[in-house]
Amino acid sequence: MTDMAKASEGTAPAADHPMVRAEGVHKSYGPVEVLKGIDLEVKRGEVFCLIGPSGSGKSTFLRCINHLEKINAGRLWVDGGLVGYQQRGDKLHELKDREVAFQRRDIGMVFQRFNLFPHMTAVENIMEAPVRVKGRSKAEAREQAAQLLERVGLGDKGGNYPSQLSGGQQQRVAIARALAMEPKLMLFDEPTSALDPELVGDVLDVMRQLAEEGMTMVVVTHEMGFAREVGDALVFMDGGVVVESGHPRDVLTNPQHDRTKAFLSKVL
Amino acid sequence: MTGRPEAIKAVPVRHPGRWAGAVVVAVLVAMLLHAFLYNPRFKWDVVGQYLFDDSILRGLLVTLELTALSMVMGVVGGVLLAVMRLSRNRLLAAAAWLFIWVFRGTPVLVQLVFWGFLGALWPKLSIGVPFGPAFWSENTNTLIPTFTAALLGLGLNEAAYMAEIVRAGITSVDEGQTEAAHALGMSRFQTMWRIVLPQAMRVIIPPTGNETISMLKTTSLVSVLALEELFQAGQLIYSRNYQNIPLLIVVSLWYLFLTSILTVGQYYIERHYARGANRTLPPTPVQRIRTLLSSARRSPAAAGAEPVPASGGEELS
Ligand SMILES: Nc1ncnc2c1ncn2[C@@H]1O[C@H](COP(=O)(O)OP(=O)(O)OP(=O)(O)O)[C@@H](O)[C@H]1O
Ligand SMILES: [Mg+2]
Repeated sequence: MTDMAKASEGTAPAADHPMVRAEGVHKSYGPVEVLKGIDLEVKRGEVFCLIGPSGSGKSTFLRCINHLEKINAGRLWVDGGLVGYQQRGDKLHELKDREVAFQRRDIGMVFQRFNLFPHMTAVENIMEAPVRVKGRSKAEAREQAAQLLERVGLGDKGGNYPSQLSGGQQQRVAIARALAMEPKLMLFDEPTSALDPELVGDVLDVMRQLAEEGMTMVVVTHEMGFAREVGDALVFMDGGVVVESGHPRDVLTNPQHDRTKAFLSKVL
Repeated sequence: MTGRPEAIKAVPVRHPGRWAGAVVVAVLVAMLLHAFLYNPRFKWDVVGQYLFDDSILRGLLVTLELTALSMVMGVVGGVLLAVMRLSRNRLLAAAAWLFIWVFRGTPVLVQLVFWGFLGALWPKLSIGVPFGPAFWSENTNTLIPTFTAALLGLGLNEAAYMAEIVRAGITSVDEGQTEAAHALGMSRFQTMWRIVLPQAMRVIIPPTGNETISMLKTTSLVSVLALEELFQAGQLIYSRNYQNIPLLIVVSLWYLFLTSILTVGQYYIERHYARGANRTLPPTPVQRIRTLLSSARRSPAAAGAEPVPASGGEELS
């Protein structure tokens, strides 16, 4: 346990460090370089939106943040701790699987296609990680799951299997499942783009509520309305680099870069 | 609302072809039954006499034990081998591949005989420093009695087959499931055990049921090791009294009875693992009979005309 605690500490100074810091993050799949040096900072309590055309590397970057993908160059910190590595002297050491798993406990992730566990009911989906990973008692976890379902407006759906829920309901269960680990950071990868238009609102409402409660969120989205209303910072990515960043209001209404303008004229 | 329109009372389409076919089949079955039941050479009285014979029942028990234990060995070994083959450790993957290659590539009968001859190959088995002194050693034939040899032969062979079945099941599970579990901080083992394997079961169970049924019959091969399972028990009896045909019938009836039970069991297990995959489960045979009876109890005309609403599809949850 102590080496795990150490692993999540890392090098940066405590307390005032940003929630996420990326410095020159590169990622390649074989010969194809998908991320070509991403630098950015996500502050505590901030809703940080990532937009950009398809294939620009948004999902890839998000997946690097919780080490579902290994980065090839650069540095990535979450809450001051290096993601996936440990710095000892001037050498980087890969973290063991269980140390990586330990880091991920604090980072919730919500996927475009929900990825609920189909063989478990909504409540069981939410209980799974607290019970297996945090060692909570089942009774405690069940209680917590019921509260979380209430919070996402699905208090009466706990016994349903994912196949018995609408897309919007599934996504809200997925959010509750991530929240059950009491993360300090939530990653959303286009959480509403697989949903029918009339179901999008419910999911965005839950996310808005979460933002109001002060959760730090990194959101890949095509919902410009949400970005403008709820976002505190926004980055436009294209071709594996950050093209433009700033406050969502500024970037969305007054883009500086031609590529940003071209993209926004298509989606707005 | 103008009220419900009158229920349709139409004359159903007639199917004369089906009737003709049914008659032909019924006649053929009757002829076959006659040929079996009234051929004195089948000696049904002898069949009846030996059906519950002590040594037959003892053989039956051995067959059941062998089937159950070999399948346990096959499933556990198969899961291990499948996970090894999908492992990032190249050596483990290669070892699993080699095992499967050998055990799937040679006849199980040959493997069984090999296990039976193990004592001739290595008269003593010992535990100690590899290539060095032994701490403990034992006569191979004492250590591996016939039953164990049979079990090893059947179980290891089965493991090789199950490995491929389990692997197909594991790879059928969406990668998003693994990602979601990892993102929640679950370990690789937890992800495999709690998330991937239960979902893989839906793909794994049906062929495993077939494997079990097939194993039940394959156990008859261990008669070559002179292990007294069901078939060997029958053989031993007819080698004394020359009632070959009646005893083969006795043995066949038992195999048939057991495979029938397994088939029903398989149905319920498949149903269990369909949980969450379908919105509603198909009705069990018992439920089906019940709906049939309850619809028959209503007036036959109404039962025929009124579409029975979603017959018996039991809601989950
Ligand atoms: N596992 C992989 N192997 C090879 N190439 C990949 C892999 N994953 C992603 N890519 C490639 O990386 C590029 C960036 O993909 P990514 O999913 O990050 O884009 P995105 O910005 O999220 O796009 P979208 O808006 O369509 O989701 C794409 O060109 C994709 O083909
Ligand atoms: Mg994407």
